[in-house]
Amino acid sequence: MIPTFQDYLNVAPIIIVSATALLEIVFQIIFKGFKKYVNIFSILGLLISIYFAIINFDKVSMSFSNMVFSGKYASFFEILFCIIGILTILQSSTIQKYYSINKIEYNVLILISIVGMMVMSAGADLISIFIGLEIMSICFYVLAGFARNQIIANEASLKYFLLGAFATGFLLYGIALIYGTVGTTNIIKIAQHYPIALSLDLHLLGLILLLIGLAFKVALVPFHMWQPDVYEGAITNVSGLMASGGKTAAFASFLLIFSIPLAAGNNNLIEIVSVLAALSMIVGNIFGLVQQNIKRMLAYSSIAHTGYILVGIIATNNFGNHGALFYLVVYSITSVGAFGVASILENEFGKNLNINDYSGLSQKNKFLAFAMSVFMFSLIGIPPFAGFVGKYYLFAAAIQRDLTWLVILGVLTSIVSLYYYLRLIVYMYFRDPENQNNIIVTNDFKIAISFSTIVVILFGIYPSSLFSVIRYIFNIY
Amino acid sequence: MIPLNYYLLFAAFLFSVGVVGVLIRRNAIIVFMCIELMLNSVNLTFIAFSAFMGNAIGQMFVFFVMTVAAAEAAVGLAIIIALFRNKKTINIDQINLLKW
Repeated sequence: MIPTFQDYLNVAPIIIVSATALLEIVFQIIFKGFKKYVNIFSILGLLISIYFAIINFDKVSMSFSNMVFSGKYASFFEILFCIIGILTILQSSTIQKYYSINKIEYNVLILISIVGMMVMSAGADLISIFIGLEIMSICFYVLAGFARNQIIANEASLKYFLLGAFATGFLLYGIALIYGTVGTTNIIKIAQHYPIALSLDLHLLGLILLLIGLAFKVALVPFHMWQPDVYEGAITNVSGLMASGGKTAAFASFLLIFSIPLAAGNNNLIEIVSVLAALSMIVGNIFGLVQQNIKRMLAYSSIAHTGYILVGIIATNNFGNHGALFYLVVYSITSVGAFGVASILENEFGKNLNINDYSGLSQKNKFLAFAMSVFMFSLIGIPPFAGFVGKYYLFAAAIQRDLTWLVILGVLTSIVSLYYYLRLIVYMYFRDPENQNNIIVTNDFKIAISFSTIVVILFGIYPSSLFSVIRYIFNIY
Repeated sequence: MIPLNYYLLFAAFLFSVGVVGVLIRRNAIIVFMCIELMLNSVNLTFIAFSAFMGNAIGQMFVFFVMTVAAAEAAVGLAIIIALFRNKKTINIDQINLLKW
């Protein structure tokens, strides 16, 4: 089938972001002074992409011979990824000072990884999900090692690359077996073979291999080993992008692929996924307790949060899907902000990341200390902040589906996590500063952090504003 | 005609060789070669299914897998070179700055 103009219009957000990235490569050669305007140019591209995503929001359709969805679910994630991209680029404005890196390449890689995320969340076919995953992952492998003079960065990059490629092998083998049993890779056509296909051992094996591949990408225990290392070794802003965008994209495709087989009620599959969720909550929160490095602490907290989101996805009822989407939005904005604060305090690669360096932050810079405490409270799930509403929905969904043991575990591990989140706040507010390095907060950075803080507080007080959008998204399914 | 099972078992065997290689070899380049072996065994599975079902999607998928494998090889070897410049080794056991 020849693609029509409407097909291109449907995927306009994806095309615009890729075009922005490619134009930046060309402009770098043509215009000598382009470096100064590269941030504005990228943000402009992302804003135009948001505009087209909003235009497409109402009409759900499939383009390019049923390869990609557009509208509602896809548009929702496209907008979210563009916002994450804008925040990351704003927060990276000081990056040039500390690393001898090519800023234009950095922006190009961030934009292309966002293209990958968009394709993943819009994929209607396992082929497009796989391609999106790889576009995103390959950019992340490079970005993880972007401070290439640092051995830690090289090491993080190599670990991420080897484990990521290993996981890709499992993912592909899973897709191959699914294709072999149902004869198609289109998600909707596969769904038509359920629940008969689920009784085939080979199909179930394929789904489990696919689950392993995706579990590596979202870092579910026991496939999480790379995550703390990579987050520590990568540039802090890149870690923020991986924790928010990378994870959200993987969960978006997880929902697309697994919501139907999980809803079909195959007990083996539900048991396996529940065990993964339980292990993630336990291991993430308990290992988080002993971390002294703020980036590693956030990495373990991120592992724990994948567990919480998975609880909502296993439930596969309305509550669970709405809660998962809400939590993905809140969690990604929060973690971009938390990594952003960490990046502004880090005045040299790998320095000032210890928890002791945060002591007395409220005396040095009230704004940063306040923002960081809002993010931490939201990650714990304390009522006025958005994290609480998200967790409430996820756990309520699991109770509806009779998964009470998961909920009890989730609540208990949340209490455990209180220790390491609150420890940071205690250090910031109730200790005297240990060193007197001055913190330079640029205007770009202030805008990004204020935006994240306001979003976290706003969605905590008026969650219905976001829930009405999410409810609208799931109306068609 | 050779039955489908033979192809699938052979591909599964190759895949297992790849997985075991990744887990036990310590040289980053050989680990990477084992990963490529896994991807190629997946290609074999796709083509076998595709030929036996008379359905072209599997063969189309193989092209995408090969493209991605090539891109991954380019990035992966570059990462290994960057590490070698700083560390003078590509033995995975000695790459252990980041832990816990």
